[in-house]
Amino acid sequence: MQSLYRLGVAEVVQGVTSREFSAEEYIHQLLERIERVEPKINAFITVSKSSIDQARIIDRKIRDGEKVGPLAGVVVAIKDNICTKGMRTTCASKMLDDYVPPYDATVVDRLQQAGAIVIGKTNMDEFGMGSTTEFSRHGATRNPWDINKVPGGSSGGSAASVAALECTVSLGSDTGGSVRCPASFCSVVGFKPTYGLVSRYGLVSYANSLEQIGPLGKTVSDVASVMNVIAGFDEKDNTTAAGRPSYSVDKRPLRVGLVKEFVEGADEQVSKIISNSLDVFAKVGCQCEETSVASVQYALPSYYTIATAEASSNLARYDNIRYGFDMNPEGYEWNTYFSKARSNFGEEVKRRIITGSYVLSSGYYGKYYLKAQQARSILIRDLKSLFKKYDVLVGPTMPILPFNMGEKVDNPLTMYLVDVDTVVANLTGIPAISVPAGFARNGMPVGLQIMADAFCEQTLIDAASMFETEAKVQRSPEL
Amino acid sequence: MQTKIGLEIHCQLTGLKSKLFCSCGTDYRGKEPNSNVCPTCLGLPGTLPLLNKKAVEFASMISLALDCRVPEEIMFYRKNYFYPDLPKNFQLTQYNAYGITSIGVDGSLQYGDDKVARIRRVQLEEDPGRVVYESGSMEKSLYALVDYNRAGIPLVEIVTEPDFSDPKDVRLFLNKITSIVEHLGVCDTKLEGSVRCDVNVSVQGGLRVEIKNVGSFSEAEKAVRYEIARQKTMVSRNIEVKAETRHWDDARKITKESRSKEEEQDYRYFPEPDIPAITLGKDFVLSLKPSMPELPDARKERFISALGLSPHVAQVLIENKELADFFELTIKLYNSPKEVANWIVTDLISFVDEKDREGGNLLAGLKVGPEHIAELARMVEQNTVNRTMAKQILGQVVRTGEMPSVVARKSQATRIADSSVIADAVEAVFKAEQSAVADARQNPNAANFLLGKVMQLTKGRADPKTALELINKKLRETT
Repeated sequence: MQSLYRLGVAEVVQGVTSREFSAEEYIHQLLERIERVEPKINAFITVSKSSIDQARIIDRKIRDGEKVGPLAGVVVAIKDNICTKGMRTTCASKMLDDYVPPYDATVVDRLQQAGAIVIGKTNMDEFGMGSTTEFSRHGATRNPWDINKVPGGSSGGSAASVAALECTVSLGSDTGGSVRCPASFCSVVGFKPTYGLVSRYGLVSYANSLEQIGPLGKTVSDVASVMNVIAGFDEKDNTTAAGRPSYSVDKRPLRVGLVKEFVEGADEQVSKIISNSLDVFAKVGCQCEETSVASVQYALPSYYTIATAEASSNLARYDNIRYGFDMNPEGYEWNTYFSKARSNFGEEVKRRIITGSYVLSSGYYGKYYLKAQQARSILIRDLKSLFKKYDVLVGPTMPILPFNMGEKVDNPLTMYLVDVDTVVANLTGIPAISVPAGFARNGMPVGLQIMADAFCEQTLIDAASMFETEAKVQRSPEL
Repeated sequence: MQTKIGLEIHCQLTGLKSKLFCSCGTDYRGKEPNSNVCPTCLGLPGTLPLLNKKAVEFASMISLALDCRVPEEIMFYRKNYFYPDLPKNFQLTQYNAYGITSIGVDGSLQYGDDKVARIRRVQLEEDPGRVVYESGSMEKSLYALVDYNRAGIPLVEIVTEPDFSDPKDVRLFLNKITSIVEHLGVCDTKLEGSVRCDVNVSVQGGLRVEIKNVGSFSEAEKAVRYEIARQKTMVSRNIEVKAETRHWDDARKITKESRSKEEEQDYRYFPEPDIPAITLGKDFVLSLKPSMPELPDARKERFISALGLSPHVAQVLIENKELADFFELTIKLYNSPKEVANWIVTDLISFVDEKDREGGNLLAGLKVGPEHIAELARMVEQNTVNRTMAKQILGQVVRTGEMPSVVARKSQATRIADSSVIADAVEAVFKAEQSAVADARQNPNAANFLLGKVMQLTKGRADPKTALELINKKLRETT
């Protein structure tokens, strides 16, 4: 029998709509695949059995000649911080252990309207706080390329599930690199859209001013297909921009700038692979040169200041009064109960809530939060002027190779440092993508990060697609 | 150093159909607990606030009525604190410490005859839910329940400078505010809890004490009086007045120390990332002003200049929108403004009981409509009844809701037309009221007094015309 689980979006839609195979056959293969590889990978928190019913509905519609959407039969894994009506959404936290949302996130609704099937909810760092998917109540996710290595995070389950061929595509969320980091570590494509392009309605907030939902897939084309469905104005999110864009994949010569600071700070093998990527762009007629953005040095501290500030407030609502987990409030004065309930956050989350509360406290606001916002403005200004010279900026997604599990969990500062290249796009709101760029000597993947100016996703998709076609590094791990 | 009083007034925008950040209704009173809620106003994970644009308009109208400056750009801030009635454990409000972004600032309001209070700011914010104690009070209850029906109701906070020193002025000022929001149609002040007030009091240059939980405007004056007396007593006994927050005990009419230790709270304000700054622009105020309803001051001016009312009568009418509306409806039926106004201001109001008067509910307890007063005024001016009779008729009208003409006809039926019976009554009055009789010989107008006595004696049943003739005749006879 054909290995359907290896197919990309276009092949699945083609196969299902032409009735070459049914959506039901396809989902069965993926569910079998999940059963087989999950003990090694642990990419999912929840696997949905009702996905089979959804597949049958798609098949019936096709049989009856009814209209089906552009993602008919495509199977999507959803990060567990994106709300799914009737399906548990835990954020990998004890605080939401029993939480079943009464509504669908806009992206989930749009995917289902387009004929996609939700297969389950993927593992992550608690509330999106982490870069390894080790801070999860449901155990760590493992890297499909080497199960002793971390898959990156915080959307580690979303990246690993695509790499391990447990779904067609997945959705992650990217607050400081949480889609691109695991995409790079797992050698898949991960896309962080321009702030305001994709609705955040139904995304459980970690840092609202920074984050976007983004797709992960095996190819640029897969990711673009998902963007065509989820992107665009949503009346339920006041921060979304007007319009419903549509993307295609074009090849055209672009002006490419390699960001010196990103390459210089990276592991030697990573630097080499990324520098070589310029040759790939040059080969397809792009104009390439090295450039510099000095203000990126402010990005990481600014990011952690703003992100933790917003997080400290966003996570205040988890007091276990209205929803949460099983804990009886009887016999407590409410302040005591709040403290007791909220002590169930994981260590990393607590660390960020405390940091965020500190930077917002009176007398420190100007010193930290306001200063971080100023640095953010400078960064936006500097990148804006650079995008007059270059269509895209490139560099490594991650400064280091996937590392061993447990290696950094006890040292938050070295953990935070791995986000140094990704946070720039979140602070400035610009779109960024990670595409597989090659493999190190130990077989671990390296990802190329490409950034474009705000709302220039078409340019980004063109650049990524040209690179992907020319570099030919896309493959799947043996499991 | 004198007494200083400042006010923080909260006004629900009951004139709006939906809550401030979701589509739930504003009509929450009397609803089953937690039935007027949705994922957004419950603060469920993943929900986003959607600003009610009409609320911005209403709050702007209040700002303009208070002569405030409305900035071209407004913003929302998060005020972070933990309390069970706060679904997100932060309140969406406005804040001016990092730049003026609240809906109104630097205003003033004239009240009483020639007094002025400065308005520091006007801000738009969400009302929290309500904590309901099982046995009515926190001290005696085993548990508390939370009702979120009120959570998210649009609230306007008006903060004054400490410009009051006399509790009576506080009442006059609050009456004016009530009349303004009623005239603007933004707030029905008669609804329970729709207007609330916190007061700040300091005496003789001492520290400021804040009194919370003043549930209605009529209580505010009492709370201020009590607090001034308390602080002055302390000063006279050399006891230090602490800067503290006290609560108004509505039942015992005293202020008392807050049980929970409210230390200086750090609210960690920061701009709400989910609501982009709202640009009102230069023309907003210009375009809003002409569409605003007539304000009390303008109405008073019109009553004086166009309708010829005295300033005092006009003032009494505009202080209560209901009364002013009643007046205008009445003169549509019978166009004699002065006569009608006098009936309303001097006679009708005297029938309002104390409780309704305090609640500003002047006409609710009376079975009277504009048609009653219009007919009565006409009957008087056409000499169908005399004033004394008319007052008695009104006394019955407000109780039964019968038309004045009907009441008059009924009393006609029982009327004593027999002049010998009336003559006996006149005789009796002349004996009892000798000094009045003497007076009446000098001053023909005093005959009315004697008539009143005759009417009293005959329980209003004597034909006044016959009675007056007999009185005058007797006055002449005995000369």
